[in-house]
Amino acid sequence: MPGDSLILRGRIAAKLGANIDTDIIYPGRYLNVTDREKTAEHLFELAYPELRAALRPGDIIVAAKNFGCGSSREQAAAALKYAGVGAVIAPTFARIFYRNSINLGLPAIVSAEAPAVLEAGDEIEIDLARGSIRKLPAGPVCPAAALDPRAIELLNAGGLIPYLKQKHAA
Amino acid sequence: MGMTLAEKILARASGRERVSPDEIVVARVDLAMSHENADLVRKSFAEIGVPKVWDAGKIVIIFDHRVPAESEKTATTHKAVREFVRAQAIANFYDVGRGGICHQVLAEHGHVLPGMVVVGTDSHTTTHGAFGAFATGIGATEMAGVWTEGSLWFKVPSTLRILVDGEFRPWISAKDLILHIIGKLGADGADYRAVEFDGPAIRNLSVASRMVLTNLSMEMGAKVAFTPVDERLLEYLRPRAARPIEAIAPDPDAVYERVLHIDLERDVPEPQIACPHGVDNVHPLSALGDVPVEQAVLGSCTNGRLEDLEIAARIVRGRQVHPRTRLIVIPASQQIYIEALRLGYLETLILAGAMVNPPGCGPCVGVHQGIIAAGESCVSSTNRNFLGRMGSKDSKVYLASPAVVAASAIAGRLAHPEMILKEAPACLVTA
Repeated sequence: MPGDSLILRGRIAAKLGANIDTDIIYPGRYLNVTDREKTAEHLFELAYPELRAALRPGDIIVAAKNFGCGSSREQAAAALKYAGVGAVIAPTFARIFYRNSINLGLPAIVSAEAPAVLEAGDEIEIDLARGSIRKLPAGPVCPAAALDPRAIELLNAGGLIPYLKQKHAA
Repeated sequence: MGMTLAEKILARASGRERVSPDEIVVARVDLAMSHENADLVRKSFAEIGVPKVWDAGKIVIIFDHRVPAESEKTATTHKAVREFVRAQAIANFYDVGRGGICHQVLAEHGHVLPGMVVVGTDSHTTTHGAFGAFATGIGATEMAGVWTEGSLWFKVPSTLRILVDGEFRPWISAKDLILHIIGKLGADGADYRAVEFDGPAIRNLSVASRMVLTNLSMEMGAKVAFTPVDERLLEYLRPRAARPIEAIAPDPDAVYERVLHIDLERDVPEPQIACPHGVDNVHPLSALGDVPVEQAVLGSCTNGRLEDLEIAARIVRGRQVHPRTRLIVIPASQQIYIEALRLGYLETLILAGAMVNPPGCGPCVGVHQGIIAAGESCVSSTNRNFLGRMGSKDSKVYLASPAVVAASAIAGRLAHPEMILKEAPACLVTA
């Protein structure tokens, strides 16, 4: 249901600081884990193991600027997705992480205001196409960048692999 | 209105007359490089379901992160990639003992030439801007898309131009310069942007030192980073290139988002150190006080080249690594390994007490060959000092130049080479 997937709801599981790097998200020692589902076991293993343990399906993570800086390791985005994270919101993302996220079907939402407006525990609704975040049940609206139509197309397809699979199906 | 290097290359690769920052273009890819994560790419590629890669001649695969295989799991991964390489007839495959660190191997074998669009499943692919290529890191799934279609979308980056004047003071190197810049601009100071380095000090640098600048530009978020395509670079490329080389340059009237001027004598007067746990947490050595180190690492795609081994050998010659400290040396490639052997650098380092690892990423990525324990500190010529990067989350990594790494190994603490060299060697060991 393509239309439905443009609206996300979830609980903010945590609010993290700036420059959360890929080693914090997914330690390099586990780079030889190549089953995407299994990467979730090592999410935030060194820095925030308690956060991984407390994650519920659909939870949203808010962070300060430059989330995902460092390595090109796709396992960072995969670990978040398969641990049940529904979206990550930050003022800026490191570029490779951002592309990996969208390619794996994990929405990465750019919002300069989010860290100031949103708190851990908040229930929110995100309109990906319009670019807005609303606290539930009827809280204030926090502006966000609308996702590029290309990104929405990929998210609706479930990520780059299903998108290309469909495109190249004979 | 002229174009920057990034704009020129993307315009040509996307079949346009000109492009401007923030436009989205689909560019053809000239070279697609992967290391062990080719296994992830291979799996994603199989899921897409296309039987053959778009152009086996444009794919290069190099094992470097875990060489030789340190576990059965890695051995299985290596085996699966070898089988894929055979099945797809990928000729440019550098197996264990044939290559070294991917970015060094691409350079040595002339795979990258000016004007190319290069993508690699490694963030430090920015290194290849030292050869005039638009070169950037991507993830494994995106690479599977490149293997399928031979093209990729890019947002045209705006460009930050960094002009460097003056002379490097003794013992100060390209590593100190780029650490200074990252400290000044921050870990996201060049996010999404292209960087063009130029100026007399840059044009005087060796190709190896230019690679340090473009490699570490990643650590301030750069999408791509360039040093000039000049006679010095062409001299390096001519004996290696299999195809004609085209010199390219930004237009004189190119538009830059920002121009930064750096004067080496004024801005980089002494060694620069990136302290735990961020590459932008940069301080001059003299500001750090007494920092004992249990390990010193000389190597990586950033600083494991011949000139790095040479300067380290010069500093440790006739001296001994401090009893508290372990010095690990990793030549960046088989070619560098054998040259450093012939020139005696490795013998000098070994006699000083260094352990030499086989060419590869080794402890830089925190997998094997020099992991550090809780409470330990390491001074390293590598490129990242993130929490737990080299082992325990309670360890510390200080990033520094090869000269400072060598001096610190002798002193057992962070040290300026001058401090080591003012004392005559205690005993000159003869081989």
